[in-house]
Amino acid sequence: MDISAFVLFWAAIFTSNILLTNFLGMCSYLSVSREVESSFGLGVAVIFVLTVTAGLNWLVYHLILVPYNIVYLQYIVFIIVIAAFVQFLELVIERYAPALYYTLGIFLPLITVNCAIFGVSLFLVIRNYSFLQSISFGAGSGIGWLLAILMLAAIRRKLKEKLVPQGLQGVGISLIITGIMALAFVGFSGIVQIQ
Amino acid sequence: MTKKQIFITSAFTENSVWRQILGICSALAVTNLMMNSLIMGLGVTFSLALSGFTISLIRNWTPRSVRMMVQTLIIAAYVIIVDIFLKANMPDISKQLGPYVGLIITNCILMGRAEAFASQNTPLDSMIDGIGAGVGYSLVLLLIGFIRELFGFGSIFGIKVLGAWWTPWSIMVMAPSAFFILAMLIWIINIKYYKSKG
Repeated sequence: MDISAFVLFWAAIFTSNILLTNFLGMCSYLSVSREVESSFGLGVAVIFVLTVTAGLNWLVYHLILVPYNIVYLQYIVFIIVIAAFVQFLELVIERYAPALYYTLGIFLPLITVNCAIFGVSLFLVIRNYSFLQSISFGAGSGIGWLLAILMLAAIRRKLKEKLVPQGLQGVGISLIITGIMALAFVGFSGIVQIQ
Repeated sequence: MTKKQIFITSAFTENSVWRQILGICSALAVTNLMMNSLIMGLGVTFSLALSGFTISLIRNWTPRSVRMMVQTLIIAAYVIIVDIFLKANMPDISKQLGPYVGLIITNCILMGRAEAFASQNTPLDSMIDGIGAGVGYSLVLLLIGFIRELFGFGSIFGIKVLGAWWTPWSIMVMAPSAFFILAMLIWIINIKYYKSKG
Protein backbone atom coordinates (compact mmCIF):
# COMPACT_ATOMS: atom_id res chain seq x y z
CA MET A 1 0.00 0.00 0.00
CA ASP A 2 1.62 3.25 -1.04
CA ILE A 3 -0.34 5.87 0.78
CA SER A 4 1.64 8.39 2.76
CA ALA A 5 1.64 8.05 6.51
CA PHE A 6 0.48 11.63 6.85
CA VAL A 7 -2.60 11.08 4.71
CA LEU A 8 -3.32 7.89 6.61
CA PHE A 9 -3.22 9.78 9.89
CA TRP A 10 -5.95 12.21 8.81
CA ALA A 11 -7.93 9.50 7.07
CA ALA A 12 -8.00 7.47 10.28
CA ILE A 13 -9.44 10.44 12.16
CA PHE A 14 -12.07 11.56 9.67
CA THR A 15 -12.85 9.41 6.65
CA SER A 16 -12.61 6.03 8.32
CA ASN A 17 -13.12 6.87 11.95
CA ILE A 18 -12.45 3.78 13.99
CA LEU A 19 -15.76 4.09 15.86
CA LEU A 20 -18.14 5.79 13.49
CA THR A 21 -17.34 3.77 10.38
CA ASN A 22 -15.66 0.64 11.74
CA PHE A 23 -17.71 0.26 14.93
CA LEU A 24 -14.70 -0.58 17.08
CA GLY A 25 -14.53 0.24 20.77
CA MET A 26 -18.28 0.51 21.24
CA CYS A 27 -18.51 -1.11 24.68
CA SER A 28 -16.39 1.39 26.59
CA TYR A 29 -17.65 4.19 24.33
CA LEU A 30 -21.21 3.65 25.53
CA SER A 31 -20.43 2.99 29.17
CA VAL A 32 -17.82 5.70 29.87
CA SER A 33 -19.44 8.55 27.91
CA ARG A 34 -21.60 9.61 30.87
CA GLU A 35 -19.02 12.23 31.87
CA VAL A 36 -16.85 14.46 29.74
CA GLU A 37 -13.86 14.33 32.11
CA SER A 38 -13.60 10.56 32.25
CA SER A 39 -14.22 10.32 28.51
CA PHE A 40 -11.25 12.57 27.94
CA GLY A 41 -9.07 10.54 30.31
CA LEU A 42 -9.95 7.27 28.64
CA GLY A 43 -9.51 8.81 25.19
CA VAL A 44 -6.00 10.01 25.98
CA ALA A 45 -5.08 6.59 27.35
CA VAL A 46 -6.48 4.97 24.20
CA ILE A 47 -4.42 7.25 21.92
CA PHE A 48 -1.23 6.40 23.76
CA VAL A 49 -1.80 2.65 24.01
CA LEU A 50 -3.06 2.45 20.42
CA THR A 51 -0.02 4.21 18.98
CA VAL A 52 2.49 2.12 20.91
CA THR A 53 0.77 -1.25 20.46
CA ALA A 54 0.34 -0.64 16.73
CA GLY A 55 4.12 -0.20 16.48
CA LEU A 56 4.87 -3.12 18.82
CA ASN A 57 2.52 -5.49 17.04
CA TRP A 58 3.92 -4.50 13.66
CA LEU A 59 7.41 -5.34 14.90
CA VAL A 60 6.29 -8.61 16.46
CA TYR A 61 4.42 -9.61 13.32
CA HIS A 62 7.17 -8.83 10.83
CA LEU A 63 10.21 -9.76 12.92
CA ILE A 64 8.91 -12.83 14.75
CA LEU A 65 5.69 -14.27 13.35
CA VAL A 66 6.53 -14.07 9.63
CA PRO A 67 10.15 -15.33 9.77
CA TYR A 68 9.19 -18.30 11.97
CA ASN A 69 6.08 -19.00 9.91
CA ILE A 70 3.65 -18.89 12.84
CA VAL A 71 1.33 -16.23 11.46
CA TYR A 72 -1.71 -18.26 12.55
CA LEU A 73 -0.83 -17.43 16.16
CA GLN A 74 -1.23 -13.69 15.50
CA TYR A 75 -4.46 -13.32 17.54
CA ILE A 76 -3.01 -14.84 20.68
CA VAL A 77 0.29 -13.00 20.32
CA PHE A 78 -1.37 -9.62 19.69
CA ILE A 79 -3.63 -10.02 22.71
CA ILE A 80 -0.68 -10.94 24.91
CA VAL A 81 1.38 -7.98 23.66
CA ILE A 82 -1.50 -5.59 24.35
CA ALA A 83 -2.25 -7.02 27.80
CA ALA A 84 1.43 -7.04 28.75
CA PHE A 85 1.97 -3.48 27.58
CA VAL A 86 -1.06 -2.18 29.46
CA GLN A 87 0.08 -3.99 32.61
CA PHE A 88 3.58 -2.57 32.23
CA LEU A 89 2.22 0.92 31.65
CA GLU A 90 0.11 0.65 34.77
CA LEU A 91 3.15 -0.28 36.87
CA VAL A 92 5.26 2.53 35.44
CA ILE A 93 2.60 5.19 35.89
CA GLU A 94 1.85 4.05 39.42
CA ARG A 95 5.55 4.19 40.35
CA TYR A 96 6.60 7.43 38.65
CA ALA A 97 3.47 9.53 38.22
CA PRO A 98 1.04 8.80 41.05
CA ALA A 99 -1.08 11.85 40.22
CA LEU A 100 -1.56 10.65 36.67
CA TYR A 101 -2.28 7.16 38.01
CA TYR A 102 -5.27 8.38 39.97
CA THR A 103 -6.82 10.04 36.94
CA LEU A 104 -5.80 7.56 34.26
CA GLY A 105 -5.15 4.37 36.21
CA ILE A 106 -8.72 3.21 36.50
CA PHE A 107 -9.09 3.29 32.72
CA LEU A 108 -6.11 1.11 31.92
CA PRO A 109 -7.71 -2.29 32.65
CA LEU A 110 -10.66 -1.22 30.46
CA ILE A 111 -8.29 -0.68 27.56
CA THR A 112 -7.14 -4.29 27.36
CA VAL A 113 -10.64 -5.33 26.35
CA ASN A 114 -11.26 -2.33 24.11
CA CYS A 115 -11.69 -3.85 20.66
CA ALA A 116 -10.37 -0.71 18.98
CA ILE A 117 -6.84 -1.56 20.17
CA PHE A 118 -6.96 -5.14 18.93
CA GLY A 119 -8.83 -4.13 15.76
CA VAL A 120 -6.16 -1.65 14.71
CA SER A 121 -3.49 -4.34 15.08
CA LEU A 122 -5.53 -6.63 12.83
CA PHE A 123 -6.16 -3.88 10.27
CA LEU A 124 -2.48 -3.12 9.88
CA VAL A 125 -1.74 -6.75 9.11
CA ILE A 126 -4.66 -7.16 6.70
CA ARG A 127 -3.92 -3.91 4.87
CA ASN A 128 -0.19 -4.56 4.82
CA TYR A 129 0.93 -1.23 6.27
CA SER A 130 4.57 -0.28 6.75
CA PHE A 131 5.91 0.51 10.21
CA LEU A 132 5.48 4.26 9.81
CA GLN A 133 2.01 3.85 8.33
CA SER A 134 1.04 1.59 11.24
CA ILE A 135 2.07 4.11 13.87
CA SER A 136 0.31 7.01 12.17
CA PHE A 137 -2.77 4.87 11.59
CA GLY A 138 -2.74 3.91 15.27
CA ALA A 139 -2.36 7.51 16.44
CA GLY A 140 -5.04 8.73 14.03
CA SER A 141 -7.46 6.03 15.10
CA GLY A 142 -6.92 6.93 18.74
CA ILE A 143 -7.56 10.62 18.10
CA GLY A 144 -10.65 9.72 16.06
CA TRP A 145 -11.93 7.63 18.95
CA LEU A 146 -11.29 10.44 21.46
CA LEU A 147 -13.16 12.82 19.17
CA ALA A 148 -16.17 10.51 18.96
CA ILE A 149 -16.41 9.81 22.69
CA LEU A 150 -15.94 13.50 23.59
CA MET A 151 -18.73 14.53 21.24
CA LEU A 152 -21.10 11.92 22.64
CA ALA A 153 -20.23 12.81 26.24
CA ALA A 154 -20.82 16.51 25.59
CA ILE A 155 -24.17 15.85 23.93
CA ARG A 156 -25.24 13.48 26.69
CA ARG A 157 -24.48 16.17 29.28
CA LYS A 158 -26.91 18.48 27.49
CA LEU A 159 -29.45 15.68 27.24
CA LYS A 160 -29.59 15.22 31.00
CA GLU A 161 -32.14 18.01 31.37
CA LYS A 162 -34.17 16.98 28.33
CA LEU A 163 -37.11 14.64 28.15
CA VAL A 164 -36.23 11.39 26.41
CA PRO A 165 -38.84 8.67 25.75
CA GLN A 166 -38.58 6.05 28.48
CA GLY A 167 -37.62 3.19 26.18
CA LEU A 168 -34.86 5.20 24.53
CA GLN A 169 -33.12 6.37 27.69
CA GLY A 170 -29.46 5.40 28.07
CA VAL A 171 -28.15 3.26 25.27
CA GLY A 172 -30.97 3.86 22.80
CA ILE A 173 -30.54 7.60 22.59
CA SER A 174 -26.73 7.25 22.60
CA LEU A 175 -26.94 5.00 19.55
CA ILE A 176 -29.17 7.44 17.71
CA ILE A 177 -26.79 10.32 18.47
CA THR A 178 -23.90 8.15 17.28
CA GLY A 179 -25.83 7.40 14.10
CA ILE A 180 -26.29 11.11 13.41
CA MET A 181 -22.58 11.73 14.10
CA ALA A 182 -21.73 8.88 11.73
CA LEU A 183 -23.96 10.52 9.09
CA ALA A 184 -21.96 13.71 9.46
CA PHE A 185 -18.71 11.79 9.08
CA VAL A 186 -20.00 10.17 5.89
CA GLY A 187 -19.56 13.67 4.46
CA PHE A 188 -15.76 13.28 4.76
CA SER A 189 -15.69 9.91 3.05
CA GLY A 190 -15.10 11.11 -0.51
CA ILE A 191 -11.84 12.85 0.32
CA VAL A 192 -9.57 9.83 0.54
CA GLN A 193 -10.04 6.06 0.40
CA ILE A 194 -7.83 3.89 2.56
CA GLN A 195 -9.44 0.48 2.37
CA MET B 1 -32.36 -24.52 36.47
CA THR B 2 -33.08 -27.12 33.84
CA LYS B 3 -31.10 -27.22 30.60
CA LYS B 4 -34.02 -25.73 28.70
CA GLN B 5 -34.36 -22.82 31.12
CA ILE B 6 -30.66 -22.06 30.83
CA PHE B 7 -30.98 -21.93 27.05
CA ILE B 8 -34.08 -19.71 27.05
CA THR B 9 -32.60 -17.34 29.63
CA SER B 10 -29.35 -16.76 27.84
CA ALA B 11 -30.87 -16.66 24.35
CA PHE B 12 -33.92 -14.47 24.93
CA THR B 13 -34.76 -13.05 28.34
CA GLU B 14 -31.16 -12.03 29.08
CA ASN B 15 -30.11 -11.61 25.44
CA SER B 16 -26.61 -10.16 25.44
CA VAL B 17 -27.20 -7.62 22.69
CA TRP B 18 -30.44 -5.95 23.63
CA ARG B 19 -30.63 -6.51 27.39
CA GLN B 20 -26.97 -6.14 28.30
CA ILE B 21 -25.65 -4.19 25.27
CA LEU B 22 -22.62 -6.41 24.90
CA GLY B 23 -20.74 -7.32 21.77
CA ILE B 24 -22.34 -4.77 19.52
CA CYS B 25 -19.12 -3.91 17.66
CA SER B 26 -19.52 -6.86 15.36
CA ALA B 27 -23.31 -6.75 15.51
CA LEU B 28 -23.06 -3.43 13.71
CA ALA B 29 -20.12 -4.06 11.44
CA VAL B 30 -20.98 -7.29 9.63
CA THR B 31 -24.72 -6.88 9.25
CA ASN B 32 -24.83 -5.23 5.82
CA LEU B 33 -25.34 -8.69 4.29
CA MET B 34 -27.36 -11.54 5.79
CA MET B 35 -24.83 -14.18 4.74
CA ASN B 36 -22.09 -12.37 6.68
CA SER B 37 -24.39 -12.08 9.69
CA LEU B 38 -25.16 -15.81 9.59
CA ILE B 39 -21.51 -16.86 9.35
CA MET B 40 -20.52 -14.41 12.09
CA GLY B 41 -23.34 -15.73 14.30
CA LEU B 42 -22.25 -19.32 13.74
CA GLY B 43 -18.64 -18.44 14.48
CA VAL B 44 -19.57 -16.72 17.73
CA THR B 45 -21.89 -19.57 18.75
CA PHE B 46 -19.13 -22.12 18.14
CA SER B 47 -16.57 -20.14 20.14
CA LEU B 48 -19.05 -19.42 22.94
CA ALA B 49 -20.16 -23.04 23.32
CA LEU B 50 -16.71 -24.60 23.28
CA SER B 51 -14.95 -21.91 25.29
CA GLY B 52 -17.73 -22.13 27.89
CA PHE B 53 -17.25 -25.89 28.04
CA THR B 54 -13.46 -25.69 28.35
CA ILE B 55 -13.38 -22.83 30.85
CA SER B 56 -15.90 -24.64 33.01
CA LEU B 57 -13.92 -27.88 32.76
CA ILE B 58 -10.80 -26.32 34.27
CA ARG B 59 -12.56 -23.82 36.54
CA ASN B 60 -11.49 -25.60 39.73
CA TRP B 61 -7.83 -25.63 38.77
CA THR B 62 -7.58 -22.08 37.49
CA PRO B 63 -5.97 -19.70 40.02
CA ARG B 64 -8.15 -16.61 40.43
CA SER B 65 -5.32 -14.21 39.71
CA VAL B 66 -4.63 -15.43 36.16
CA ARG B 67 -8.26 -16.34 35.44
CA MET B 68 -8.82 -13.60 32.86
CA MET B 69 -5.69 -14.42 30.92
CA VAL B 70 -6.55 -18.13 30.86
CA GLN B 71 -10.07 -17.38 29.64
CA THR B 72 -8.80 -15.06 26.92
CA LEU B 73 -6.31 -17.63 25.68
CA ILE B 74 -8.95 -20.37 25.56
CA ILE B 75 -11.31 -18.09 23.65
CA ALA B 76 -8.51 -17.06 21.30
CA ALA B 77 -7.70 -20.70 20.54
CA TYR B 78 -11.27 -21.39 19.40
CA VAL B 79 -11.45 -18.16 17.41
CA ILE B 80 -8.27 -19.19 15.57
CA ILE B 81 -10.04 -22.45 14.63
CA VAL B 82 -13.00 -20.46 13.27
CA ASP B 83 -10.65 -18.16 11.36
CA ILE B 84 -8.65 -20.97 9.77
CA PHE B 85 -11.84 -22.83 8.87
CA LEU B 86 -13.30 -19.75 7.17
CA LYS B 87 -10.06 -18.98 5.31
CA ALA B 88 -9.90 -22.53 3.99
CA ASN B 89 -13.54 -23.08 3.10
CA MET B 90 -15.10 -19.68 2.49
CA PRO B 91 -12.29 -17.36 1.38
CA ASP B 92 -14.71 -14.71 0.03
CA ILE B 93 -16.65 -14.37 3.25
CA SER B 94 -13.46 -14.51 5.29
CA LYS B 95 -12.17 -11.58 3.26
CA GLN B 96 -15.38 -9.59 3.74
CA LEU B 97 -15.48 -10.20 7.49
CA GLY B 98 -11.81 -9.17 7.62
CA PRO B 99 -10.65 -8.32 11.12
CA TYR B 100 -14.07 -8.92 12.64
CA VAL B 101 -13.47 -12.69 12.91
CA GLY B 102 -10.41 -12.05 15.05
CA LEU B 103 -12.35 -9.46 17.00
CA ILE B 104 -14.61 -12.22 18.35
CA ILE B 105 -11.85 -12.57 20.98
CA THR B 106 -12.51 -9.12 22.38
CA ASN B 107 -16.27 -9.48 21.95
CA CYS B 108 -17.57 -8.74 25.42
CA ILE B 109 -20.18 -11.50 25.16
CA LEU B 110 -17.53 -14.20 25.35
CA MET B 111 -15.75 -12.78 28.37
CA GLY B 112 -19.13 -11.95 29.89
CA ARG B 113 -20.46 -15.50 29.66
CA ALA B 114 -17.12 -16.93 30.79
CA GLU B 115 -17.11 -14.74 33.90
CA ALA B 116 -20.82 -14.83 34.69
CA PHE B 117 -21.63 -18.43 33.89
CA ALA B 118 -18.85 -20.80 32.88
CA SER B 119 -16.63 -20.06 35.86
CA GLN B 120 -19.34 -21.24 38.27
CA ASN B 121 -21.28 -23.98 36.49
CA THR B 122 -20.77 -27.50 35.15
CA PRO B 123 -19.25 -27.96 31.67
CA LEU B 124 -22.46 -29.18 30.02
CA ASP B 125 -24.57 -26.36 31.45
CA SER B 126 -21.95 -23.83 30.35
CA MET B 127 -21.99 -25.24 26.85
CA ILE B 128 -25.78 -24.92 26.67
CA ASP B 129 -25.54 -21.40 28.05
CA GLY B 130 -22.95 -20.61 25.40
CA ILE B 131 -25.13 -22.00 22.60
CA GLY B 132 -28.08 -20.03 23.96
CA ALA B 133 -26.15 -16.77 24.07
CA GLY B 134 -24.81 -17.49 20.59
CA VAL B 135 -28.26 -18.20 19.17
CA GLY B 136 -29.65 -15.03 20.73
CA TYR B 137 -26.76 -13.05 19.29
CA SER B 138 -27.18 -14.62 15.83
CA LEU B 139 -30.88 -13.82 15.79
CA VAL B 140 -30.23 -10.14 16.47
CA LEU B 141 -27.55 -10.08 13.77
CA LEU B 142 -29.83 -11.75 11.25
CA LEU B 143 -32.67 -9.35 12.04
CA ILE B 144 -30.46 -6.27 11.54
CA GLY B 145 -28.91 -7.92 8.47
CA PHE B 146 -32.36 -8.64 7.05
CA ILE B 147 -33.44 -4.99 7.27
CA ARG B 148 -30.17 -3.64 5.92
CA GLU B 149 -29.82 -6.08 3.02
CA LEU B 150 -33.49 -5.83 2.02
CA PHE B 151 -33.49 -2.04 1.80
CA GLY B 152 -29.83 -1.60 0.82
CA PHE B 153 -29.60 -4.19 -1.96
CA GLY B 154 -33.20 -5.37 -2.44
CA SER B 155 -32.13 -8.91 -1.71
CA ILE B 156 -32.18 -11.60 1.00
CA PHE B 157 -29.15 -13.91 1.30
CA GLY B 158 -28.01 -12.52 -2.07
CA ILE B 159 -31.26 -13.49 -3.84
CA LYS B 160 -33.09 -10.56 -5.38
CA VAL B 161 -36.58 -10.26 -3.89
CA LEU B 162 -37.40 -6.68 -4.77
CA GLY B 163 -37.58 -6.16 -8.52
CA ALA B 164 -35.90 -3.63 -10.75
CA TRP B 165 -38.37 -0.95 -9.64
CA TRP B 166 -36.69 -0.83 -6.26
CA THR B 167 -34.14 1.96 -5.76
CA PRO B 168 -31.62 0.70 -3.18
CA TRP B 169 -31.18 2.93 -0.16
CA SER B 170 -27.42 3.33 -0.11
CA ILE B 171 -27.64 4.68 3.46
CA MET B 172 -28.58 1.15 4.58
CA VAL B 173 -25.23 -0.18 3.36
CA MET B 174 -23.31 2.53 5.21
CA ALA B 175 -22.43 2.78 8.87
CA PRO B 176 -25.10 5.19 10.21
CA SER B 177 -28.05 2.90 9.43
CA ALA B 178 -26.60 0.20 11.67
CA PHE B 179 -26.69 2.58 14.63
CA PHE B 180 -30.23 3.68 13.87
CA ILE B 181 -31.60 0.16 13.41
CA LEU B 182 -30.02 -1.14 16.59
CA ALA B 183 -31.38 1.87 18.48
CA MET B 184 -34.87 1.20 17.13
CA LEU B 185 -34.65 -2.47 18.10
CA ILE B 186 -33.60 -1.56 21.62
CA TRP B 187 -36.43 0.95 21.78
CA ILE B 188 -39.05 -1.61 20.76
CA ILE B 189 -37.70 -4.22 23.16
CA ASN B 190 -37.62 -1.69 26.01
CA ILE B 191 -41.23 -0.62 25.39
CA LYS B 192 -42.28 -4.27 25.59
CA TYR B 193 -40.16 -4.72 28.71
CA TYR B 194 -41.65 -1.71 30.53
CA LYS B 195 -45.17 -2.78 29.52
CA SER B 196 -44.69 -6.28 30.90
CA LYS B 197 -43.42 -4.79 34.14
CA GLY B 198 -46.52 -2.61 34.30
